[in-house]
Amino acid sequence: MDKMPKWADIVLIPFISLFLAAFFSALVILAIGENPIAALKLMVDGALMRSAGWGYTLYYATNFIFTGLAVSVAFHARLFNIGGEGQAMLGGLGVALACLYIDWPHWSLAILGASVGAACFGALWALIPAYLQAKRGSHIVITTIMFNFIAAAILNYVLVELLRPVGAMDPASAKFPEAVHLPTFQDMFSTEGSKLFRGAPANVTFFLALLACLVVWVLIWKTRLGYEIRAFGESETAAKYAGISPVRITVIAMLISGALAGMMSVNTTMGESERLILNSTEGAGFIGIAVALMGRNHPFGVLLAAILFGFLYQGGAELALWTSIPRELIVVIQALVILFTGALDNMVREPLEKLFIAMRRRNA
Amino acid sequence: MTAPAIELKGISKAFGPVQANKDISISVQPGTIHGIIGENGAGKSTLMSILYGFYKADAGEIFIKGEKTLIPDSQAAIRAGIGMVFQHFKLVENFTVLENIILGAEHGAMLNSSLGNARKELKHLAEEYGLNVNPDEVIENLSVGHQQRVEILKALYRKAEILILDEPTGVLTPAEADQLFRILDRLREEGKTIILITHKLREIMEYTDTVSVMRRGEMTATVKTSETSPEHLAELMVGRKVLLRVDKKPAEPGATVLDIKGLRVVDEAGVERVKGIDLTVHAGEIVGIAGVAGNGQSELLEVLGGFADGTGEITMNGVALPLTGHGADGQARRAAGISHVPEDRQREGLIMEFAAWENTVFGYHHSPEIQNGLLMDNKGIYTEAEAKMQRFDVRPPDPKLAAKNFSGGNQQKIVLAREIERNPDLLLIGQPTRGVDIGAIEFIHQQVVNLRDQGKAILLVSVELEEILSLADRVVVMFDGHITGERDAAHTNEKELGLLMAGITDTSAVANGNGGNDTNPQEVPADG
Repeated sequence: MDKMPKWADIVLIPFISLFLAAFFSALVILAIGENPIAALKLMVDGALMRSAGWGYTLYYATNFIFTGLAVSVAFHARLFNIGGEGQAMLGGLGVALACLYIDWPHWSLAILGASVGAACFGALWALIPAYLQAKRGSHIVITTIMFNFIAAAILNYVLVELLRPVGAMDPASAKFPEAVHLPTFQDMFSTEGSKLFRGAPANVTFFLALLACLVVWVLIWKTRLGYEIRAFGESETAAKYAGISPVRITVIAMLISGALAGMMSVNTTMGESERLILNSTEGAGFIGIAVALMGRNHPFGVLLAAILFGFLYQGGAELALWTSIPRELIVVIQALVILFTGALDNMVREPLEKLFIAMRRRNA
Repeated sequence: MTAPAIELKGISKAFGPVQANKDISISVQPGTIHGIIGENGAGKSTLMSILYGFYKADAGEIFIKGEKTLIPDSQAAIRAGIGMVFQHFKLVENFTVLENIILGAEHGAMLNSSLGNARKELKHLAEEYGLNVNPDEVIENLSVGHQQRVEILKALYRKAEILILDEPTGVLTPAEADQLFRILDRLREEGKTIILITHKLREIMEYTDTVSVMRRGEMTATVKTSETSPEHLAELMVGRKVLLRVDKKPAEPGATVLDIKGLRVVDEAGVERVKGIDLTVHAGEIVGIAGVAGNGQSELLEVLGGFADGTGEITMNGVALPLTGHGADGQARRAAGISHVPEDRQREGLIMEFAAWENTVFGYHHSPEIQNGLLMDNKGIYTEAEAKMQRFDVRPPDPKLAAKNFSGGNQQKIVLAREIERNPDLLLIGQPTRGVDIGAIEFIHQQVVNLRDQGKAILLVSVELEEILSLADRVVVMFDGHITGERDAAHTNEKELGLLMAGITDTSAVANGNGGNDTNPQEVPADG
């Protein structure tokens, strides 16, 4: 028998963890002499009470959905892919090449082409660590994190030496042509009378991210490949017994993971900056780990967690703008959320399980 | 009458909603061997863990020699004169016997005086009880039987008056088991009290003075061994009448299904585990492979099942099977008509976190009939799983429950249902009833015999001699990667097989039923 009902596992535990994170964040804010309630109000106002705020929140959330799904898929095969950052960077290169060197008649075709480019480059960047893990036993955590640095160096080289337009000063590619401009939420939802999502970077890629959630859900729980990935992740010895090749699953799971991470850059590179810049990923690859942890590796959970982190990002920016709370504190708050929802999960889980068992016994 | 060596009064212990021990009272006289028997999960180990201070009872009292004693930890248990020999030994492999014995009982910061004392004491114990072990030998070089002696010596060195042994014969050859029981007899004569936990009825009947039966956390009966019978004990354990022997008609072997020639298997560490064996299995017969665990049987199954590489020749229905590479994986083996109930159902046969219904297609998830376009036909699989669980009497019959939430016997039934209903030409079955309770054993054996009677070939590997003898038609014994003998199951006995299992091929002294007296075979190395 399961120790507690499913709703408690999925809803109650993250909620309590969040509450604890908020509580300790409040203490920190108090300690630096600011008012935590006012700070929270400012965050909610800035991120959720105006459409432009939502426009930013969902823009960040789009990134986190992709990287969160990337970590989840790998984790179902018990592979800890912390190379999302590097895979997203290289994915950006794929997007830039697709946008700069192919003449697209319409953005809808361009986004497909750019997604393929991003997915291929991201997957390729995950392939080498995957191969090393599967064939040589090199630990994937080590190799993927090293590949993040290599990716950053490669991107730097490519931007400075190859893609930088002649005469330009900053390490960035040329601006993408007008034809590949993706519709933003402002383009899509504003009417004559009311300007919605004014100036916000959220764009059509958000829907691509939602689609990715659906596809990952079907893949993991409805297909044979997903069955094999989960089986391999739960027990490698059993997978071998069933004739599931560990090498094959390791490589495929990492390819899918890398592709998803790479697709994040469709949002940042094509949807927002409209050219390839250095550090467009802004750590979203790492946030993906927290998102996957908090979302319990389920696409729906990842979606919710991504929106939460989008809120923290946008709300944090508002705090830095309007109060004397330093920007670094936002990192502290995010860290607390990760700490309580991810690392200290058992701290909440165990007492809660005991409580449910005690309750059940009393009712029995 | 003297005070009982141990008396438990009203011990209860619950783990969450599970009541592992319910109001257990028991009293053991000094100088006796007291057996505790019960199915898996009946609460035997919990009760002993309470006695040894690993768990704290929710209620109840413990009396040692008539005095109420609190046992909050194992140190207290040792002070109270209780020693425990665990099923899995707790020895430091690369320490010597002597070092292991003083471990945790050193007299001071410097070891020399402790080692000296221990050496003297050990010599004394060896003389008194016949517990001979070389004190300077490193543990990993000792046979399993001798390692167990070290565990007993450890307890005696700590002045144990009461010795608890948890499933002590599970890892021993029959000869080693005999030696163990001779030692226990000596200990009893010297006035020690022994509590023997086992699920083997034969050991209880032969060696104990009194026996307590546990079922579902309760002590259902305590009887004098001389006044009971195996059938009666089995009934007390299960709560209904059970058939102890398999009811089957003689085999009618048909064509050769599996033919193995010169098979060799080298494990990942580079050690040769199977050293060139020849073996055939015919349609309509059960071939049992007997042997002490670790003599190459597992590797044989792994090669046949497609998850280890080997060299040699294997044909299946006349067609050669590849032994390495992609064509030798589990999928290819299944396609060739081989089903496999693996030895370790929890690590191999099932995905413990998966629901039962998902597990009913594990390994066969490529079958065309459970695909629905690009997706798996999850509804169809679920419905079929429900029916399978009904047919194999899996309890509870809930396909949504995760495999880890079923008892060992019911987990095994899920694996069996999956493998047998594939209607294979050859069924490989390893340790079919390890950790399975008596009630389920009867059912599982019957299913295997039914499959045989349908004309299928069955290769059975088991470390339980009783099981091999009652289930197999032909018995092949493996020792150190070789086949040391082959016998007709109807015309052999445990003594004879025991010698073969120890690598002694001259069995004329014990052949044909009666069995010789204390034949003292050479010691068997721990792992081939």
